[in-house]
Amino acid sequence: MTYIKPKFRHPGLKRNKIGFAKSDYEGAISTLCAGCGHDSISGAIIQACYEMAIEPHHLAKLSGIGCSSKTPTYFLGNSHGFNSVHGRMPSIATGANLANRDLIYLGVSGDGDSASIGLGQFCHVLRRNLNMVYIVMNNGCYGLTKGQDSATADPGSVSKEGSNNAFQAIDLVGLSLELGATFVARSFSGDKKQLVPLIKAAMSHPGFAFLDIISPCVTFNNNPGSTKSYDYVREHIAATSRLDFVPEEKEITVSYEEGTSASVRLHDGSLIHLQKLSPHWDPTDRDSAMNHLQKAKSHGEILTGLLYIDPHSGDLHQLLDTVAQPLNTLREKELCPGRAVLEEINAEYR
Amino acid sequence: MSSDSVVNDMVIRFANVNGTGSASANDMFSKAIFRMGIPVSPKNIFPSNIQGLPTWYEVRINEKGYLGRRAGVDLLVGVNPQSYAKDIAAVRPGGYFMYDSTKKLHHEFDREDIHYIGIPMMRLCMENFQHPRQQQLFKNIVYVGALAALLDIEIEVIRQMIREQFSHKEKLIPPNFKALELGFEYAQAHYDCPLDIRVERRDNVGDHIMIDGNTATALGALYAGVTVAAWYPITPSTSVVKAFETYAKRLRIDKATGKKKYAIVQAEDELAAVGMVIGATWNGARAFTATSGPGISLMSEFIGLAYFAEIPLVLVDVQRGGPSTGMPTRTQQSDILSAAYASHGDTKQVLLFPSTPTECFEMAAAAFDLADRLQTPIILMSDLDLGMNSHMSPPLTWDDERRYDLGKVLNAEELEKLEKYGRYLDVDNDGICYRTLPGTHPTKGSFFTRGTSRDEYARYTEDGEVYVRIVNRLLKKWETAKRYVPAPELYQKENRSTQGIIFFGTSTYAALEALTLLKEQGMELDAMRIKAFPFDKTVEQFIEAHEQVFIIEQNRDKQFRSLLVNELEVYPKKLLTILNYDGMPITADTIVHQIKDYLLMYAHNGRHINNHQRKSL
Repeated sequence: MTYIKPKFRHPGLKRNKIGFAKSDYEGAISTLCAGCGHDSISGAIIQACYEMAIEPHHLAKLSGIGCSSKTPTYFLGNSHGFNSVHGRMPSIATGANLANRDLIYLGVSGDGDSASIGLGQFCHVLRRNLNMVYIVMNNGCYGLTKGQDSATADPGSVSKEGSNNAFQAIDLVGLSLELGATFVARSFSGDKKQLVPLIKAAMSHPGFAFLDIISPCVTFNNNPGSTKSYDYVREHIAATSRLDFVPEEKEITVSYEEGTSASVRLHDGSLIHLQKLSPHWDPTDRDSAMNHLQKAKSHGEILTGLLYIDPHSGDLHQLLDTVAQPLNTLREKELCPGRAVLEEINAEYR
Repeated sequence: MSSDSVVNDMVIRFANVNGTGSASANDMFSKAIFRMGIPVSPKNIFPSNIQGLPTWYEVRINEKGYLGRRAGVDLLVGVNPQSYAKDIAAVRPGGYFMYDSTKKLHHEFDREDIHYIGIPMMRLCMENFQHPRQQQLFKNIVYVGALAALLDIEIEVIRQMIREQFSHKEKLIPPNFKALELGFEYAQAHYDCPLDIRVERRDNVGDHIMIDGNTATALGALYAGVTVAAWYPITPSTSVVKAFETYAKRLRIDKATGKKKYAIVQAEDELAAVGMVIGATWNGARAFTATSGPGISLMSEFIGLAYFAEIPLVLVDVQRGGPSTGMPTRTQQSDILSAAYASHGDTKQVLLFPSTPTECFEMAAAAFDLADRLQTPIILMSDLDLGMNSHMSPPLTWDDERRYDLGKVLNAEELEKLEKYGRYLDVDNDGICYRTLPGTHPTKGSFFTRGTSRDEYARYTEDGEVYVRIVNRLLKKWETAKRYVPAPELYQKENRSTQGIIFFGTSTYAALEALTLLKEQGMELDAMRIKAFPFDKTVEQFIEAHEQVFIIEQNRDKQFRSLLVNELEVYPKKLLTILNYDGMPITADTIVHQIKDYLLMYAHNGRHINNHQRKSL
């Protein structure tokens, strides 16, 4: 599409505390199909960044290949973006983060990109607990190549052409819990109320924050019999909690009923407040999250919300014990040992 | 001592079992020769295995400074009965076979035309050392002691090395001295020492060092300011990143905090390794990876992204025998074409060809300036022989005034002044555009990096005209690259012959020796060493100026010749090849014989050249 968005801004436009309007967080006009779930997620990302008052250039957006990986063009137009190769965004994000630990890294991927061609990189970036937000826009199919089943399609799910998927689904949420992820959430593109605080919490998490977001493909996978259609997801959704993200400086003004709520304080002082829908569920207990996920699955429910968070997460830089200063700012003075040292080294080889 | 003894010119080969601790004793042997001022070149010939298989270590000693491999073994130290038959067959007539005579040598190993030197290595160790592990390890020192007597090596030189090696484990010094003495005294008591091949102190090594190419490469990367290294283990490149880590631990720790000014990640595979490097350089850090042929295949998709999206990338390819898994522990120069044209679509990659460890250091450091300047992949084409063997090489030097060339990167002030920024605008008309780093400016300079086609402002497009404009600009950049890469080296002031010879990388050692040998026989050739791809004008001129040009390369398919024919306007029939691809470094003899054969034939009918394969080890 070639048309350009108008640059005109109303002078009375609302701005966040660093002076940016919400439109400053927008990108180019989406070329995805009308009604695509991915566009709603882009909207939630814009909303979350605006509310958190993130300086646009302090965030880098990265993606792989596929419909979902096109979305970074449609949000945060003032941020650097990197549309890499299919299934390999995690490695680009790893290198980028190692070079400059001071930026926020927002990775966007799809079910084909993460659960098939990029499953290896997905697992390994998670193991390393790279400090990034990793969103999978999960629609159970390959949209850009016209609707083939992906590896997250449920067994028996019916495609638009009418065929039944014969294979087991890879559940990226279950997998990431098993692999030791420190922040795991599932949501639905149609539930903006849940999505925005989840994205905000994910951006504050010091480590790998994984969001599996079911995002129906209106063109190829929204038919009766598909388990990733809008209708099916709405009918089978079960939330773990209602979620609020409270930035550090804000006071908690809402009162929560005793025993039905849980709070998780993040490293920067901000607070995730969860109004629990199940009294037996503890968001900081991996076993509990895995049990609930499994139970929901056997009941045919799609469990959404923040499923697990490790408040003591230490990211890759902490594991590698690197200096606080971003490595890409170091120059000759800090990096080059110089001629005299080289002469000492020469002597060791004589 | 016989009057016609050969001094400082011999090949000694050690036949060991891998995993028995022989490597450090063998290194001690060659280092002792080096410290006596005599040029020496050791080569490991090892299996892709950890314990129990035959392994060889071959040392060429040559006071004239010829450092290439030479065929024919003057003395073989046989410590591995598994390979006795092959080892004894390798000794030249009149040469020596030294073995462990604790067990009697079976008569099937008898050869009339060689000398046998029995040293009861195991028995001497059993009698003098208690622990089985010591008995095993000191066997190696016993044969070093025997060799010292037989070849006239200064024993004090070896003793000094033992003192240095065990300066932190002093109690190991006396038993090592003891083992050395056992071998030395036994040889002196039972044989006429020294033999008719021997060494004698010289002053022929100057201030040179003995270092392997992989360590030198790692030091080059460290000096060039690399902060991110991502890799996947693969022989023979593994020691590049291991050496980088060793020196980074020593030289890159922040004094105040004890924290690291570098990050090393062992990736899940080569695809991820190169992806991490691209991510880091996209974000303005200097980063690199090291791999070998199979890794180049796996990295090709990402190399294409870095080429097309114009992201700096430094990659070290320590070549080994291919194709497929090939010969993982043998050397070749057989990734030339797959590196030069790595990735699908129209791509060309900048290659550097070091021929010594010193050049590994210099070219590795230069590669980072080149990558940042040209915003494209730079591949350092090392090989197993260069990377994993110690070579006598000039000392490494660094100019403290040298500054990193980070290329065209706009900062916040520059962006502020700019009306409109275009990532792929050729402002300077050299094909190189200005890039920006994430985090530079809140509202200016951001762009979308992608491997898909886009216009000058980094906006996605499938417009054919725009696409052609962009890929043609990449060709302009390729022309610019020719000005930046190291120029070829010529070995004569002006051409004097109708025949020329072109070589690159580790063939240089053998080629230079061959040129001298040919000259001694009245055949003088003009010579050129190529150090980089793209080729500059002088390569074409050199080929133009000669009737025939011999290309020396270590692969079957004449890959370098193909590259010359493909990239230059030269007459292909002029380009003859001298090939060697059995996994062992090429020898001067191979080159001399093939050139002589050709020149003789050329005198008759002038058409064919027969590249017969050398007998393998």
